[in-house]
Amino acid sequence: MYIKNRKLHEIMGNLKLIWKEPLLLLSILTIFYFLITFVMFPIFQVFKASLIVNHKLDFSNYLAIFSKRYYYQPFFNSMIVGVYTATLGMIIGFVFAYALTRTPLPFKNFFRLTATFPIISPPFVVALSAILLFGRAGTLTPYLNKIIGNYTIYGLGGLVLVETIAYAPTAFLVLYGILQAIDPSLEEAAMDLGASRLKVFSTITLPLSTPGIASAWLLVFIQSLADFGNPMVIAGNYRVLSVQAYLQIAGMYDTSRGATLAILLFIPTIVAFFIQKYWVAQKSYITVTGKPTGSTIKRLEWYIKLPVYSSCLIFTAIVFLFYGTIVYGSFQTLWGVNPTLTIKHYIEMFQVAKDYILDSLTLSSLATPIAGILGIFISFLVIRKKFIGRGAMEFISMLTFAVPGTVVGIGYILAFNQKTMLLPFIITGTAWIIIILLVFRNMPVGIRAGIAALQQIDPSIEEASTDLGADSSTTFRRITLPMIAPAFFSGLAYNFVKAMTAISAVIFVVSGKWNLITVAILGFVDNSRYAQAAAMCNLLIVIVLVALGVIQLVVNRIGKGVRTIDIIG
Amino acid sequence: MKQDFLLLKDLVKIFGSGKEAVTAVDKVNLAVKEGELITLLGPSGCGKTTILRMISGFELPTSGKIFIDGEEVTNTPPNQRPTTMVFQNYALFPHMSVLENITYGLKIHRKKEKNIQERAEKIINLVGLRGLELRSPAQLSGGQQQRVSLARSLIMEPKVLLLDEPLSNLDAKMRESTRLEIRKLQQRISITSIYVTHDQEEAMTLSDRIVIMNAGKIQQIGTPQEIYHYPLNYFVADFIGKANFLVGRITKKHSKNLVELEVNGIFLRVYIKQDTFQEGEKVFLLIRPESIELEPKKPNTLLGKVQQTIYLGSRLIYKIEMADTILTVEIGDPQEHKIFLEGEIVSVNFKEENLRLLPYEEIKK
Repeated sequence: MYIKNRKLHEIMGNLKLIWKEPLLLLSILTIFYFLITFVMFPIFQVFKASLIVNHKLDFSNYLAIFSKRYYYQPFFNSMIVGVYTATLGMIIGFVFAYALTRTPLPFKNFFRLTATFPIISPPFVVALSAILLFGRAGTLTPYLNKIIGNYTIYGLGGLVLVETIAYAPTAFLVLYGILQAIDPSLEEAAMDLGASRLKVFSTITLPLSTPGIASAWLLVFIQSLADFGNPMVIAGNYRVLSVQAYLQIAGMYDTSRGATLAILLFIPTIVAFFIQKYWVAQKSYITVTGKPTGSTIKRLEWYIKLPVYSSCLIFTAIVFLFYGTIVYGSFQTLWGVNPTLTIKHYIEMFQVAKDYILDSLTLSSLATPIAGILGIFISFLVIRKKFIGRGAMEFISMLTFAVPGTVVGIGYILAFNQKTMLLPFIITGTAWIIIILLVFRNMPVGIRAGIAALQQIDPSIEEASTDLGADSSTTFRRITLPMIAPAFFSGLAYNFVKAMTAISAVIFVVSGKWNLITVAILGFVDNSRYAQAAAMCNLLIVIVLVALGVIQLVVNRIGKGVRTIDIIG
Repeated sequence: MKQDFLLLKDLVKIFGSGKEAVTAVDKVNLAVKEGELITLLGPSGCGKTTILRMISGFELPTSGKIFIDGEEVTNTPPNQRPTTMVFQNYALFPHMSVLENITYGLKIHRKKEKNIQERAEKIINLVGLRGLELRSPAQLSGGQQQRVSLARSLIMEPKVLLLDEPLSNLDAKMRESTRLEIRKLQQRISITSIYVTHDQEEAMTLSDRIVIMNAGKIQQIGTPQEIYHYPLNYFVADFIGKANFLVGRITKKHSKNLVELEVNGIFLRVYIKQDTFQEGEKVFLLIRPESIELEPKKPNTLLGKVQQTIYLGSRLIYKIEMADTILTVEIGDPQEHKIFLEGEIVSVNFKEENLRLLPYEEIKK
């Protein structure tokens, strides 16, 4: 009874505190309104569309999906691709992370940059390149035909190949963080007690990084399931959920069937996300302190160096091959037929696709700062403020990170093509729906950056400000914000990259009036106009690199000595 | 007892190359007797940890040789050396229990299960970890973690035990009691040990002999008493304990062991241990603060002015202004002495038998 009373007392106390700061209360309510309208409501609409037919609860969609191979096969296909990609990606990521943290590999920065490059490129570039290299008119196809006979790049093999290249960097970043956080003196201690290099690895390094390995696997699995661009380009007759859901809606105009497929995609993704976030992450022995760890054992036997180094070299060579092909391909007159170099694709690109480029730039530039500010503000509320519903706020805002773009896209067209109590306007077909979608899809990046930055700042600094008479908003503006500015800008950079390269969700909400560069590229690929597609990919990569460079300059200027926050995972 | 149980010969370690090359360890020679505990003492960056890491095998010397029990181990990998290390941060395996941590090395060496159990039993009793075997390191206090780390190393019965500032993560009180325990334990099992620290009190209480290091070079090797009472140079005298230095000149050599010295116009007789000084040579006169007595002003004595009086209960510290230097004077048990006031002029007496001469050198401050 006493405890209950105390708890109640505490809640009342918190309420009182909030009443005294009406601005804080107002912002909390506003954010909840946004989260409910633009995150929860669309997902709810997808569920509703799959379960309610003619205003009645109806399981016929699910019955159809479980009884017809045409519908349930994509589920298994997606899972198979996910498992293969996650496993391969995790292994590559681990080898890379091990090489960079535990060996005297030369040119470490070069390898790190190459290993993370696919993260900032549009998701389907790798698939496009795979077609140029291994497709019917592929450069390497004749040679491969001689070795392994006839094959096709379209299908499971090709899809796993390109997704592995595209998502291994995610695994790398997670494992790099984990391996870096393992104190090298643990490995030294083991070796000191007589363990050989192999024993040190199997009894110390591997068990300590197991939670990280599981995390990396699950994150790649989630990304692979949610991937739309690559399977759209290269899956061929191998049907996966994200593409099938899109085709049901965009091709067959069967919204409820599409929604049901989206739900099938939603469930395993969200399960994997929860396992990752609430189970695996808590099993970790490593407290990531952000402190760089000291030197590691420098002597290394050749039988470790050889496989590790050559794996790194091979993967790096593949990354170069794939992206080099995109550059090279964009200058060829007709790939595989007429290799004369030309710049006509670039000229054509600016003529035909000028509007797409401008739209992409405009909408991304508008969405990015909103997502950034919202993200940093939510992270501030979640980490530093006590209020009822704080847990819910964190939960909902991180949810958008896990939900596949296909589900979100379908949710948005279902939720916003009518006036509702939550939003008394129709925004379908306008620029607003794209901006809002980009904002809420990418916001978790800003939240993560903000949380990471805030956790490194001693709360007593903010308390000192309050103690000297500043209220919450003044403290936030004058004290907190300047300190987390570098994290804010890093988050902004990645937000912009994600906005520019987004495809899986936005493809549902683009319109004749407002369209995006990624959608245009996909269109070119669909029409087998690979050179133009390659040219646009290059333009997109250049834009993204320039944006990253500019923001990096800003961060360097304002945040001397402040660590940039890793923004993936 | 073997004399050269651990032997370092002309050990050199250079980090980096070209312009960025840093000589961390510079021609170090050291012979450690079996069962002896030697501390490497010096300021941070003096090369003491690098020496330890070369003995353990984690760093390879640039040149020079290392012998343990007559066998050269210079290039032996760390896992094949008869040494074990107690790490500064303990480096306990977080995914293993206390018992698993302690028995890790024996399991790696594929010892029989029965043997492992017996030895674990013994060592757990020895370091006082009974009842905590199944805990994980995270559930232990700092002192307990330290014991696990020690037990994990000792159970291997290494020929040389290496300790890398093992007490630096403990609070002051724990540090004091633990270092006595370590010393007792080390003497009981008479294990040859190399102990790295930057804490002079720790080195004084623990060591059979102390190796004072600075800038990669050994400055002096000796017992705690030798180091304190007969420092070889300014650095050692300054680093160990408190010291006053006056610049003087040798005016006369009475014999091999007795010289006459002029300091600020006053002549003093000083005993020297080794005949290394010449007549007319400029020298440092070392006076420990406890070797100075103050008396009310008297003629024909060194005079000084009391600048500051610091009362510490068991001791009394005076800062005495004398010519162009400030002397620190320490008086034990202030109750038995007259306390001088700030500004008072006093006579300064040196206990002549406690004065030491050191070669003069330019001091960069």
